[in-house]
Amino acid sequence: MTGIRTEPITINLGPQHPSTHGVFRLRVTFDGEEIIDAEPVFGYLHRGTEKLAETRNYVQIVTLTDRMDYLASMSNNLAYVRTVEKLANIEVPERAQYIRVISAELQRIASHLMATGFLLNDLGALATPLVYCFRERERILDLFEMLCGARITLSYMRPGGVFQDAPEDFWPSLESLVGDLPHYLDELESLITSNEIVLARTKNVGLLTDEQAIDNSISGPNLRASGVKWDLRKADPYEIYDRVKFDVPIGAIGDTFDRYLVRILEMRESVKIIEQCLEQIAPGPIRANTPFFIRPPAGEAYSAVEGPKGELGFYMVSDGGVAPYRCKVRAPSFINITPLRDMLKGWKMGDLIIIFGSIDIVLGEVDR
Amino acid sequence: MTKIISGSELASSLEKSLPGSVTDSNEVDVWVSPDSLFEVCEALKNPKGLDFSYLTSISAVDYIDSFELVYHVLSMRNNYSGVIKCRCSSDGNGRGEPTVPSVTGIWKGADLQEREIWDLMGIKFDGHPNLKRILLWEGFDGHPLRKDYLG
Repeated sequence: MTGIRTEPITINLGPQHPSTHGVFRLRVTFDGEEIIDAEPVFGYLHRGTEKLAETRNYVQIVTLTDRMDYLASMSNNLAYVRTVEKLANIEVPERAQYIRVISAELQRIASHLMATGFLLNDLGALATPLVYCFRERERILDLFEMLCGARITLSYMRPGGVFQDAPEDFWPSLESLVGDLPHYLDELESLITSNEIVLARTKNVGLLTDEQAIDNSISGPNLRASGVKWDLRKADPYEIYDRVKFDVPIGAIGDTFDRYLVRILEMRESVKIIEQCLEQIAPGPIRANTPFFIRPPAGEAYSAVEGPKGELGFYMVSDGGVAPYRCKVRAPSFINITPLRDMLKGWKMGDLIIIFGSIDIVLGEVDR
Repeated sequence: MTKIISGSELASSLEKSLPGSVTDSNEVDVWVSPDSLFEVCEALKNPKGLDFSYLTSISAVDYIDSFELVYHVLSMRNNYSGVIKCRCSSDGNGRGEPTVPSVTGIWKGADLQEREIWDLMGIKFDGHPNLKRILLWEGFDGHPLRKDYLG
């Protein structure tokens, strides 16, 4: 092939593109089919959540957190209310902690289902696996609707507990879902995990080594897929996670397939956690006696939870007033795209979408 | 449980390896000078020392008379975490665009976070390979997370 003059070409992907899962833009430079450079451009969904929080009281901010990672509102609520509780020294009743863990784990399953479904969508298995994932997620959203009346922007948790106890008919529905979920996951796996096309497209593609992952502050399933056994639920147990038994699945080499498989395995662990919570939960109060206008003493607090996308943390500074002086969000989706350029470099155009899709970002959280 | 290394412990450890880098410390926090920030972070990451190999997050707070950068760092191997703070201001009134050294050379994970702080808080990071606005567009006037920004 000597003698043919070539030059790199820059292609613009997005912001409106079906496989960027939101408004995300990638400026990619190709040498033929090979990616030689990629620059993410985002901020199209920036609403200034951190600035808005400075003018709202501590209960009102719960609604802002819903709109960050809109596929995992429960986890956002949990991370936020835990930080306020740490800041204001609020004790949470045990039953509320169980309900919060159950809803956070349900949310993790719903979020991972979306990640898996859309990854398969990106692979070209258009809509079919996604519809399977939506079917299960729909039942989880039905449960959330029973809890708080909303399906996406839940605002279910409050500093000091949850906003109301689960209704009577919630528990049999949850038990029936927990009974069905392993079967659903088996069905999903039988379609995907040993599928020849999926294996050919994802095995050894988009590698992220453990050293790279730690250096780039990656967290969540992406970090564990790279073989780092780090899960905040185990490493720094919060709520009642120290009372339930579960494993932390890790990947072998950190390729796209590992990132898919870790999510599937995590969903199975989440089912186990919910089953144990159902056995242990006892009647009791669901909310500490907190005033509507919480005035935490002047000071600061950082608290993080293991969200579906990774470590979701809040750093809050209080000056003793009804609104936080500063409310900083450590958004996992935002930080997880740091190594995107290194992960894409050298791969072919066809691999771009699945490598990017396997990181599983939500633009509401990237842009905040 | 993740153990929290207290500010005084960190201060005494830093004073040994980098005398003069610590400006203030108490039971909870430790403040280092902006000039020695890079060396401090290098010492923190050193696997033979404190082994803070993971940068959890960087936050910036506007305290009107100065800005404060908060670095949350973590050692996954030993399961302990620490907090380093750094006060910076550009001139007497604390406004303007203060400059601190970038830590992207130590932790790559600082890349996007430092760009976000520059964009929203207006703190410059010296040595950052690509310090551009990230959430807002080039040409945006001001830095919205500052307390004196009137939207």
